[in-house]
Amino acid sequence: MRGQEAREQAERKGIMATLAHAPADEIARLWNGSGLPSEAELLRGPETGLVTVRGRIGGGGAPFNVGEATATRATVRVPSGQVGHSYALGRDKGKARLAAIADALWQDPAYRETIESKLVAPLRAALDAAREKRRVETAATKVDFFTMVRGED
Amino acid sequence: MYVAVKGGEAAIANAHRLLADRRRGDRSVPALRLDQIVEQLALGVDRVMSEGSLYDRKLAALAVVQARGDLIEAIFLLRAYRTTLPRFGYTNPVDTGAMQLERRVSATYKDLPGGQVLGPTFDYTHRLLDPQLAAGAEIEDPAQRPAEAEAMPRVSSILAHEGLIEADGDMPLDYVPGDITREPLQFPMARDIRLQALSRGDEGFLLALGYSTQRGYARNHPFVGEVRIGEVELELDVPELPFTVPLGSIRVTECQMVNQFKGSAKAPPQFTRGYGLVFGQSERKAMAMALCDRALRATELGEDVIAAAQDEEFVISHSDNVQATGFVEHLKLPHYVDFQAELDLVRRMRAEYQDRENQDKAEEKREAAE
Repeated sequence: MRGQEAREQAERKGIMATLAHAPADEIARLWNGSGLPSEAELLRGPETGLVTVRGRIGGGGAPFNVGEATATRATVRVPSGQVGHSYALGRDKGKARLAAIADALWQDPAYRETIESKLVAPLRAALDAAREKRRVETAATKVDFFTMVRGED
Repeated sequence: MYVAVKGGEAAIANAHRLLADRRRGDRSVPALRLDQIVEQLALGVDRVMSEGSLYDRKLAALAVVQARGDLIEAIFLLRAYRTTLPRFGYTNPVDTGAMQLERRVSATYKDLPGGQVLGPTFDYTHRLLDPQLAAGAEIEDPAQRPAEAEAMPRVSSILAHEGLIEADGDMPLDYVPGDITREPLQFPMARDIRLQALSRGDEGFLLALGYSTQRGYARNHPFVGEVRIGEVELELDVPELPFTVPLGSIRVTECQMVNQFKGSAKAPPQFTRGYGLVFGQSERKAMAMALCDRALRATELGEDVIAAAQDEEFVISHSDNVQATGFVEHLKLPHYVDFQAELDLVRRMRAEYQDRENQDKAEEKREAAE
């Protein structure tokens, strides 16, 4: 049971991460094509605020405050009763609302599969592709050193 | 007597209207869009985010346009906006070791794990102006090469195994990081608070101070152990969820400066370190920050404080360009009453001086006549 719960939490967190990274217009476009309902009662927000970004001294030492970043959050209740939350960098309130609804609907077994296949999977594929493109472009700038041997022995 | 003066309302309104017109410039030239600034003036946007201490590309781009490209004015705008927002909390510290790297170089180890990855750098360009860019030439796509799934540990963790280099900076376990946005500056200050101030400090000011240490004012023999640029994930603890919430990622630049150190009464001979971490892609700023961080540790390491870069109160009190520009630029605002008072004072002192002169002359004459 504990393992099951931990797995569920990891999945839910993974979906929240995908939604936080994804562009707002992509989420809206996929949502419109998914047939997912978008009515929900707003319990909080969507509201924009700040998070203070922390780093560590020397990279791995004690925490220190680097600066702020804008973030937007929302909490909703869908008609079937589940409460969903969203947090993401930036100021897009429409995205925050849809992401919170997605979190709520994902907790409803009737919608979980649709959320995963129609919304999260394509977003994740696009994010992975973009990340991979950046990785291979960066890798092309890696230095190959050649040893120069001089003289004869 | 104090006489209040009113006026200038119409002049101010018209001046701002004129500003808007000049900002827009020639109407036959297309207006800039924010996405053009975000994409094509990305490093200027990064500087505004870093010194404005607010990570939001679109807002920084808006600030750049609104300020007509005056980056310090743009930084000021971003700082002002920042104060209007509530704070949700402090993120978990970012893990720069897990960064999605876009650049990573070390000047100390040629063959470090993960290698030297140049990324989109100005280094090794010839600094020749490119007329083709002015002509709007097509830009070719970047080259690609399969990426090895090799971990890229921070260079500091490689050196640490030999004990030749000091550890990452630690604080007592129950220490709560200070926050200069909440509490006024107090000297002497802990290293974490200095780092927060340096991270938003003026690039030019920190660059000049870093340079001064290289030229002999508190020399500390620096090497770039590593510079890395890339995206790190942000996560926030919130009460409503049983796990840390992912927020997305931001681009940062990190610099590990490694400094030779002969040892002192307080520390054995070993390499010491300075640390830089800034928003966006800005290795000049991250390197300058690391040089200043190391110089400011003079007292902690038992070094003599002999130069400006080592003087905490001097460096930190003057590193914020919003404060600096506010105090310098306020001088041009009306000081009519202040100046009137000074004028009266100088007139009075001159009159007294003249009286004394006249008296002295009269006395001389009398003495000469006697």
